[in-house]
Amino acid sequence: MWKWLHPYANPEVSYHFTGKLIPWFSKLAFTLLFIGIIWALLFVPADYQQGNSFRIFYLHVPAAILSMGIYVGMAIAALSSLVWQIKLADTSVAAIAPVGAVFTAIALITGAAWGRPTWGTWWVWDARLTSELILLFLYLGVIALHNAFEDKTLAGKAAGILALVGVVNIPIIKYSVEWWNTLHQGSTVSKLGAPSMSSSMYWPFVVCFIGFICFVTWVICLRFRAEILARNAMRSWVRDLVTQQESK
Amino acid sequence: MTKTNNITIELKEPLSYRAAFMLIFKRDLTIAFRNKDDILNPLLFFIIVITLFPLGIGPESNTLAIIAPGIIWVAALLSTLLSLDRLFKSDHADGSLEQMLLSPHPLFIIVLAKIIAHWCLTGLPLIFTAPLLALLLNLNENSYLALMLTLLIGTPILSFLGAIGVALTVGIKKGGVLLSLLVLPLYIPVLIFATSAIDTAAMNLPYSGQLAIIAALFIGSITLSPFAVSAALKVSTN
Repeated sequence: MWKWLHPYANPEVSYHFTGKLIPWFSKLAFTLLFIGIIWALLFVPADYQQGNSFRIFYLHVPAAILSMGIYVGMAIAALSSLVWQIKLADTSVAAIAPVGAVFTAIALITGAAWGRPTWGTWWVWDARLTSELILLFLYLGVIALHNAFEDKTLAGKAAGILALVGVVNIPIIKYSVEWWNTLHQGSTVSKLGAPSMSSSMYWPFVVCFIGFICFVTWVICLRFRAEILARNAMRSWVRDLVTQQESK
Repeated sequence: MTKTNNITIELKEPLSYRAAFMLIFKRDLTIAFRNKDDILNPLLFFIIVITLFPLGIGPESNTLAIIAPGIIWVAALLSTLLSLDRLFKSDHADGSLEQMLLSPHPLFIIVLAKIIAHWCLTGLPLIFTAPLLALLLNLNENSYLALMLTLLIGTPILSFLGAIGVALTVGIKKGGVLLSLLVLPLYIPVLIFATSAIDTAAMNLPYSGQLAIIAALFIGSITLSPFAVSAALKVSTN
């Protein structure tokens, strides 16, 4: 049943497979983001309360959703590396963490920029904001731990354990800060059920969101390939690859 | 002669889990009592950090009463963080940690004993000094019981979560700052619920809800964190 998955545990096979994925995701990401952002910035009607400032929604919400989604993806990779001892899963933890950290930072910064005109302040110690900030700290911890080890196999395992501990903590942090203090509005878009916003505003969001997913996949594939090359630099297939590149 | 006899007996019958637990627990306590600085220094740090706040903010007693729970808890977090290094570092340096990993007993028991010993050496002194410092900070009279209870249930969580961080960084040369980066975000829920319980108690409202959540965190950490610590120790001793 799992036979079709096994070949991808081999770094060389994965390297070439992600190489085939990259052009597709990069094209898809650029087309969708191009359409989505132009649609959102120029053609979507302005909000009756917030005016044009609500347009940052199309950057803020996908980034915020993805910041958490990426963490879950990283934790699943970490779990599979610990349970099934797949070395490539460690590699992917290292590839994913910085992308997630950047998206968390984007969500925080755009949130601050949105909060300024609507709430009248850059920052409040609100539940969502605080838990997103803690998420950023968790990402930074994983990255720092990964950098601290000389031996990258060990680094991947240690970072994986930390990512898993963090994923246990995420719901706790989320709810603890939610009961603690809150100002941020509830979610307006959910995949299940009807969105609580008009469809002329909703569809550009869907396009942007899928565009961002493709973008993240593309960047993670790029980083993953670079990590594979760095870790297998002594292998013959990497050397062959380099000599082929040079001869071209 | 008797010594060799003892050794052969031990080899024939492996220690029970309880005996192994007690052995490690007593060993850690004995080592700590032989260098008392390790116990005293985090405690002194706790006291000094708390004295800094009235100096920085001003001696206004109402202001101090409002921020007292937060100050005491943040100082407790920081002093636990300082003392965490002792948990595995010296054992790692002299090689006894590797022997523990090689021993036939489950790592869970050994790690549990070490963490509980660490709590007895750092958490308990904090609990005993906290009321005195609360008095200096002019804490609300209704809050004392809540302060003691949250510290009693909360500080073991700090030791258990911190142990994960120490186990991950024990093999790294400059692990100190990294340790705080890893551990402090994990401490946030405890801080939030503990200070909220103390604040609620100050208003004479029931705070059993927050206390129940801290207790749940405590049980969760006591059961899950030794597994994470064992996995992390295996990685970092390699």
